[in-house]
Parts: sequence; C-alpha cells; structure tokens
Amino acid sequence: MSINTESKLKQILEAGHLAVTAECGPPRSTDSEVIINKGKLLKNHVDAVNVTDNQTAVTRMCSLAACIHLKLIGVEPVVQMVTRDRNRIGLQSDILGAASFGINNILCLSGDHQVFGDSPQAQNVFDLDSMQLIQTVRHMCDKGKFLGGDEIKKPPRMFAGAAANPFAEPLQIRVPRLAKKIAAGAEFIQTQGIYNLEQFEKWMHGARERGLHQKTYILAGLIPLKSLGMARYMKKNVPGIDIPDEIIDRLAGVPKDKQAQEGINICVETIERLKEMEGVSGFHIMAIKWEEKVPEIVERTGLFPRPD
Amino acid sequence: MIVGQQKSLEEIWETIKEYKKVLVLGCNSCVAVCHQGGTKQAEVLSSLLKMHAIQEGVEIELTVSGLERQCEHDFFPPVQEQVSETEGVLSLACGVGVQFMAEKFLTTPIIPALNTTFLGAAQEPDFFVEKCQACGNCILAKTGGICPVSGCAKRLLNGPCGGVSGGKCEINKEQNCVWCLIVSRLESLGKLEDYEKLAELKDWSSDRAGGPRTFKVEGFLP
Repeated sequence: MSINTESKLKQILEAGHLAVTAECGPPRSTDSEVIINKGKLLKNHVDAVNVTDNQTAVTRMCSLAACIHLKLIGVEPVVQMVTRDRNRIGLQSDILGAASFGINNILCLSGDHQVFGDSPQAQNVFDLDSMQLIQTVRHMCDKGKFLGGDEIKKPPRMFAGAAANPFAEPLQIRVPRLAKKIAAGAEFIQTQGIYNLEQFEKWMHGARERGLHQKTYILAGLIPLKSLGMARYMKKNVPGIDIPDEIIDRLAGVPKDKQAQEGINICVETIERLKEMEGVSGFHIMAIKWEEKVPEIVERTGLFPRPD
Repeated sequence: MIVGQQKSLEEIWETIKEYKKVLVLGCNSCVAVCHQGGTKQAEVLSSLLKMHAIQEGVEIELTVSGLERQCEHDFFPPVQEQVSETEGVLSLACGVGVQFMAEKFLTTPIIPALNTTFLGAAQEPDFFVEKCQACGNCILAKTGGICPVSGCAKRLLNGPCGGVSGGKCEINKEQNCVWCLIVSRLESLGKLEDYEKLAELKDWSSDRAGGPRTFKVEGFLP
C-alpha cells in the first residue's frame, strides 16, 4: 500500500465522489498572472487543476512553478511531468521539489515529440518512459528511496496518475496498456478526450472484466469543441482523437455563432452519459484556452458544488 | 552495417579546396553496400570534383584509391605509400574510418566525404533502414526481436505513445510505429501477454551516456 498522501483529489475519490479536474497551460512568459487568473476561474468548480509540462513541446513556464502559483491561491495542482526533457536525476529532483511545496498529485507522461514544438532541433532525453516515471514516483513515495537506492529522509507523498487513451492504435493493447500502467503504480487515470462513447464503453467493459476500474480511479477526459473547424481539424490531424461523424454533423448543423454553445452541449451530454457508466470515477475537463467555460459545464452536469 | 550518405559536393569542395593534392579514398565494406563510399563512388566523386575545380579555376590533383576497410590496420599496406605522398585524404569511409586514419597518419589531414547516418539493414538494394543504436544492452529478446530503442523516436520501452495513426508514427508518416510492429509480432508469436511485462529501467551506462566504449577480447591469439 502506498503511504497516505495529503492529496485532496485522492481524498475526494476515496470518499466515493465523482471527481472533477481541469487542465491549464502555463504562459510562454514570466507572467504569473496568466496562470493565477486561470486558477481563479477554475478554483470553485474543480477539485484539482492539471498544469501541463511544455505541451506540444512548446517552451513555456515550467509546470512546477505554475503549480506553486496555483497552490498559493488555494487551488489543488496536479503537476504534469514528461520524460522528454529530463533524465531520472532531473525527474526525481523535481518530484522532491514539488512535494516540498505540498504538490501531491502528479501525472506521469512521456511527452509530445519535440518536432511539434518550437525547438525541433532539440535532443530528447527519454531516459525513462511514462510507465517508468510512475514506478519512480511510487518507489520514492512507498519505499522512501531514490532509484539509486539511497534513503530519502523525508520522502514525497504523491498521488500518482497516468494518462490512458482508449482510442489509440493498436486497439488490441488498449486494456492491457491500462493494466500495465496500473501495475506500474498508477493510482488514477485521466483519459484522452472522449467523443466516441461506444468505443469508450468497449474499453471500459474490458477494464471492468479485469477489475481494473477497482484498482485505479478512472477520470473520463473531455475536450469541449469550440467550433466545427476545431472538430474537423482534430479528427483529421490529431492521432488518438476519435470524433464520430455524428458529432461533426451536429456542429455543422448549427450556425457558426452557435457552434461553441453546441460544443458545450455535446460535452455536457457526454458527461451525463458517462456518469451512468460503471468504472468512471470522475471527469477531467480539458478546455483548451477556454477555461472560463469549465464552471458552466460543471454546473450544468450537476457536479457543483464540489465537496470540501 | 554502417550506413552513410555522401555530403553535398559544395560542402566537400569547401573542405578540400585549400589542398593541391588529394587522395580520394574509398572504403569497400559497409558504406560501399549503401552505394556511397566504395572505390566506385570515390571515382565518381573525384570526377565531379575535378569538374568543379575547373569551373572554380582552381588547380587540384585528385587521385582515387580504395581499401577493404579503413578501420583495420591490416588493410592499409597497399595504400600506405599513396597516403604518405598526398597532401590530404578525402575519405569515403564512415566516421570510424576517418578517425582511424587520423590516428594512424599524424601529419595528414583526413577529410570526411560522408555523413555517417546509422546502423541499418539493406531492406531493398537501394533502401536502408536503421535497426540498432548500439545501446550496449540488448532487449530484443523481450520485444519480439524488434527494437524500440532504435525504432521509436522516443525510445519508449513499454509501448506506443498516443501518436500512432494508421500504424504510422506521427513524426514521419512513412515510418511504421515500431510498437505496432512489436505488438503484431508478439501476437503472431502467441506471446501478446508479454506486452504487459514492465520493462526494467534501462541502464544507459553502456550507451553513449557512459562515454566512448571499448571492448577487449580476453585470451585472443592472433
């Protein structure tokens, strides 16, 4: 068993509530107001806020610093950590640093390839992969030791999470891959944005058959669609995003100035259906550059107010 | 085998034009297989450089030779004299051969004509694919004989990232996702359950991270 963390997210999940998390990206500058303002928008409507780690390999304020800004205004952060930019020394060091600020949730990722970002010439590290980062977090927390074997006098206390994509290829390892992340130590899972409920249900069915939903908390991911253009772009260009034609048609069926609202409606309806699905422990709402819409989604789905 | 690709004529010219007498030296093993560095290619390159020299109005004497491997002492005697008589050597070997010669011929500049690109296989006579990064700690037994260290741009050891589309890697649509290949291979071997075995944290000290590597055969009798 893991050492009990002080993670509020964990406590809410353990109490049996449907958790709600959101995501925000740090600024490409030193302006802390950007992240603080996003935090204020989300503060009362979600249990924790993920802070991305140089997402799409574009250089930004580091996730850890942005998490500290959130923590200081009373928002529970989930520090995202990718293995692209740091070796095991840097990762362990940042885990200690995060824990020293009372940041008790971590999402372990491998990270987008640098070719998509602002430094395609950069070297990538990948000393570890995302599963090995989960193992590292759990090793440090549970065994109180560094990977090298030395004792950590005051070990971190972290609620360790991982991402899962029920829609990515190859489909035959989607459930095994979830099982593998759980075996690595993932205590919670945040999924890729869900549009294809049928495929998601298939994946969840596979997870339930193996009892995986009882071994980790699965937070269903949502990315509200802002426009028909965004939906079409994501369907065509983002691997692992599965947007059925019905959703495209539905957005195409409303005037352009109503598409954003329709996107929110789709998101709300998706959550309503997911609430009924066994194995869903909460929701992870990734409103990309649209954080102000999260409160509306949370309120309309009856997930407000949040538990203390 | 080691795969290399010839540098552009312009780049090569810039590095040799200061010399009056250059030996264009082919290497007839790996880089000849990929049609870039053998004596045959040295002859073609020499002709092109001669034409370029005429266009530039520069006098330069280019001679062509070649040897089996520029990375082994045993093959050098036939070209020893030619090397000692020249002002510089334009080597069509890989980076190993160029450096081996530089250590061997202390006062002769050895100039590379190739970029050494990877350790690969000749999938087609004219198409070469990277297969190994010489990490020094082979895990092929666990991955169905297909290497994620060389085959994945993130060298992920536990499975594919989310960037697969139609079995292809998101950073190169021509490239198969190595983890899709590994999964199919494990499936056809009836070992798909092996996918769920967690890969150990890799010891990269036998890789580049541990500095230049050497290997001494114990008890070798020449």
